[in-house]
Amino acid sequence: MALPIGKALRAVFGETMAELADEDQRIVLLDGDVGSSTGAATFEAAHPDRFLQMGITEQAMLGVAAGLATVGFVPVVSGFACFVVGRAFDSIRVLIAQPALDVKIVGGYSGLLTGMTGKTHQIFDDVALMRTLPNVCVLAPADEVEAAQAIRAMVTTDGPFYLQVTREQSPVLFPADYRFEIGRSVRVREGSDLTLISTGVQTTRVQEAAAILERRGVHATVLHVPTIKPLDEDGIVAAAQASGLVVVAEEQSVLGGLGGAVAEVLSSRYPVPVRRLGIQDVYGESGPNDALLDKYRLSARAIAADAEAWLRSQRPPRRPARLERTART
Amino acid sequence: MNGQNAGLADVADLEATARQARREIVKAIAHAKGGHLGGPLSAADILTALYFKVLNIRPDQPCWPDRDRFILSKGHSCIALYAMMALRGYFPLAELGTFDAIDSRLQGHPDMTALPGLDFSSGSLGLGFAAGIGVALGARLGHRSFTTFVMVGDGECNEGIIWEGAHVAQRYALDNLVVIVDQNQLQQFGWRANGTGQRLAPYAGNDLRDRWAAFGWAVSEVDGHDMAAIVAALREARAVRNRPAVVIAHTVKGKGVSFMEGNFRWHSRVPTDEELATALAELSDPGVRSGEA
Repeated sequence: MALPIGKALRAVFGETMAELADEDQRIVLLDGDVGSSTGAATFEAAHPDRFLQMGITEQAMLGVAAGLATVGFVPVVSGFACFVVGRAFDSIRVLIAQPALDVKIVGGYSGLLTGMTGKTHQIFDDVALMRTLPNVCVLAPADEVEAAQAIRAMVTTDGPFYLQVTREQSPVLFPADYRFEIGRSVRVREGSDLTLISTGVQTTRVQEAAAILERRGVHATVLHVPTIKPLDEDGIVAAAQASGLVVVAEEQSVLGGLGGAVAEVLSSRYPVPVRRLGIQDVYGESGPNDALLDKYRLSARAIAADAEAWLRSQRPPRRPARLERTART
Repeated sequence: MNGQNAGLADVADLEATARQARREIVKAIAHAKGGHLGGPLSAADILTALYFKVLNIRPDQPCWPDRDRFILSKGHSCIALYAMMALRGYFPLAELGTFDAIDSRLQGHPDMTALPGLDFSSGSLGLGFAAGIGVALGARLGHRSFTTFVMVGDGECNEGIIWEGAHVAQRYALDNLVVIVDQNQLQQFGWRANGTGQRLAPYAGNDLRDRWAAFGWAVSEVDGHDMAAIVAALREARAVRNRPAVVIAHTVKGKGVSFMEGNFRWHSRVPTDEELATALAELSDPGVRSGEA
């Protein structure tokens, strides 16, 4: 039932950026001295003149990108998510988000699996932070098929973007003819007992968790949300209506990420119980990938077990109280 | 190099413009009942030299692509920039009365989305400098010939991003970038000068000069209130090749108003009516009795 393994999204990033730069001379890539890790080295090999090494200067790098955007370039900033967001947040806020400049920020090594580096290099609130910034579009593709299209959509759409890219090879969720669209969620499985919502590479684990649940007699809808902002509110409400019980699972903190975004939407439009699975308000640590996914309850098995336990505690499923229809003027 | 100095008549005109700018600055802050005074007054002469002599700009085409860029990285001094832009014809002088008001284009810190001709938003210190490096790098990559000028404060040089950027600009040998440090010797609060009631300068002696030089920049120094010298220094800095240039301008915080000069408390104090009248009198043109222009 496991999905076939595909490319690491960082490899897709480097390849796709090199292709896009063939098509658009305005594209430049800024690297915060981690291009050998993030896939940016592929771009450097293809377009050495448009690969701008910034050294270990994240705050300045994001500012330089903003400046480049005002003189006709489309700067793509690449670094580790923890640093390009966590360390450079003020540069992003003031110089990129507030003036809505055409800067693309790509957070590599996003999530839990950062190559045995530990908590300094793991950031679980980059989505939470970036989605609070007006004007910024936030993307987290699931696999190699979607990542290539999401990166293309980001670079060819005007305005500031944040896009997560993961380190490890990851399963392929989508067929080759899948079409990514900014702001559109996609149901990758239908079921009426439970609605599982996820984003990024975590959706592949959630899809596998749904298969485990199926074998245990639980039929789950799986909604993949590759655009965390602008959020596909209608798609989320419709998916919640499929079962009346929602579990959000993400490789992010349970505070403020997709789980927060989903809860914000459902609390006003379709109030149903929402269980948020993810990093439970703790910091990470170093360790092998499988051990990390198990310990932090993000493996397919852990998601299936935790979702099922919660589901059993909720039965019979609650349907939302009918929202008071007040006359709006 | 490129060394025509401003002519004497020019200098007198520029000095008169700077006085007028200072009057507009203190009036606007008094009117808005908020904002900053010390930094705008220390920067006023340099800004006058830039906007009336050095920058290649077209006020009637504020977004002319080949204009020289100016970024006020010490964004809290923006009332000085607004006064300069108004005097230069970017917008009517009367609009200075909207400074800091709700819906105004003249925000308390520069907002590039609000006012055409404002080349970058700034206010979070150090950021305008980094943006300026990007502008200059983009000009280089795009084979464009304009120069990017950035003004930072000496207190602002505390920020780590300044030294990140200083390194990057030197790496790319950005000789189309000129930074001006308005070294007015005071930051908002600063370190205590024991027993004096005064505050220490952000950088003493030659500290700043030596730091920029150590980062590989072409460093020059100028009296930031000597108009002819400012014009010459800016032109020479623009002409530097193969490395970025920094002009360290020695200035006086609150320059032009006796009771504000060198007093850190005037960083962002609002003058009373009486203080305003005194300030305007001191800033009046020679031979004019009242401070009103």
